Amino acid sequence: MAPANPSYRLLIALVLAIIMMVLDQRTPWATPLRHALGYLTAPIHYLAHLPVDSGEWLTEQAQSRDSLQEENRRLKRQALILEQKVQRLAVLEAENVRLRELLNSSAELDANVLVAEIIGVDPDPNRQELVINKGTGDQVVRGQAVLDAQGLIGQVVDAGPLSSQVLLITDASHAMSVQVNRNGVRAVLAGSGQTGLKLLYVPDTADIEEGDLLVSTGLGQRYPRGYPVARVTDIRHQSGAAFADITAQPTARLDRASHVLLVQSTEAPLAPVTGKEASDGE
Amino acid sequence: MVNDRPAGTGVIIVTLLIAALLEVIPMPDSLDWVRPEWMLLVLVYWVLEVPGRIGVLWGFFVGLYHDVLVGTTLGQWGLSYALGAFVMLAAYKRMRVFTLIQQCAVIFLLVGTVSLLAYLVQESVGRTLYPPYTILYASLSSAVLWRPVCALLRWVQLRFLVR
Repeated sequence: MAPANPSYRLLIALVLAIIMMVLDQRTPWATPLRHALGYLTAPIHYLAHLPVDSGEWLTEQAQSRDSLQEENRRLKRQALILEQKVQRLAVLEAENVRLRELLNSSAELDANVLVAEIIGVDPDPNRQELVINKGTGDQVVRGQAVLDAQGLIGQVVDAGPLSSQVLLITDASHAMSVQVNRNGVRAVLAGSGQTGLKLLYVPDTADIEEGDLLVSTGLGQRYPRGYPVARVTDIRHQSGAAFADITAQPTARLDRASHVLLVQSTEAPLAPVTGKEASDGE
Repeated sequence: MVNDRPAGTGVIIVTLLIAALLEVIPMPDSLDWVRPEWMLLVLVYWVLEVPGRIGVLWGFFVGLYHDVLVGTTLGQWGLSYALGAFVMLAAYKRMRVFTLIQQCAVIFLLVGTVSLLAYLVQESVGRTLYPPYTILYASLSSAVLWRPVCALLRWVQLRFLVR
């Protein structure tokens, strides 16, 4: 009845675990194992999301004809407004391409977009990650940018076969390059681990004001250029400190979004991602 | 016992998968702090009941599954669960004669130690934000829930004849 000798097995398990940790952190070789196990873990995430899904389905079924018609009218109005904006965008885009050709710089192509649903949130308060219902089967790749309708949400850090793990921009280990939309001042935007973001190493004299929109720069080749990321909420100048203390709030609704967009920038091919880079953000 | 052949591996796996579901089921942010280590509780129960079969390597693979499920470094929970299973294998005879309070205390210490080990790994890859004493909340809730989990699994064990 009693086990033969658990000490040897413990030794085997410890050695295996340590090898795996090193491989996972330093090399991409552990990815196949993670990928294979992903087939077994994804159903759990889908199952955990089932009550939410069926709840949404029920509300949809129980809605009255009137409210559906009202929603339909509202969406049609919204579509009309958006189409009108897109018309102007087409002209601007063509103009932009012409100007870029004059400058001899590469043209920005339309990004491929994939819609995904959030099916899980990381239970660990130390880490801010989401699980989405698209994986490598839907051409999701590691390092892909994730957005909602209002702005940038984060990036894919682990693409499983049926679901993927998304690191939020507010995670404490995440940082990215942004610029102020108004004047192009560049800075590093880091997550705080809470709901806010911090602008790092900004000189006290930099021209950044409250309410400024921060957009992605595309430097680091992880995020596509020009997507809104955050809005500056608070600037504190401390006498004696070399840098200003600037906080920002993400424009994306990180805590409320249920559907997200995955974009693949087609301007430049993504550099191969190693484990270390991905966990460090950009 | 007339028939001592091992049986019910499937049942054990199903209970572990249900625990995995409880690990990721959405909860309010404030309750995430006290989310018990469901998979560890279920694993410990089976180690105590069928120590001949469920041991260190089971702990390792269950932990590995946990790693992929929540997206931590591969081996972080694998290592911790393997060690937890080892400790329980060494103490399963004593655990059977312990009173309820003593059992809960052991579970509290075990969950705390195992979580601390996982925390150390997570710390070394730079993915921790809150101080390590925060794992005490989960250890406490795990200890409190040990008895109900035990009763439920006992019923499962008798109903499906797991040996």
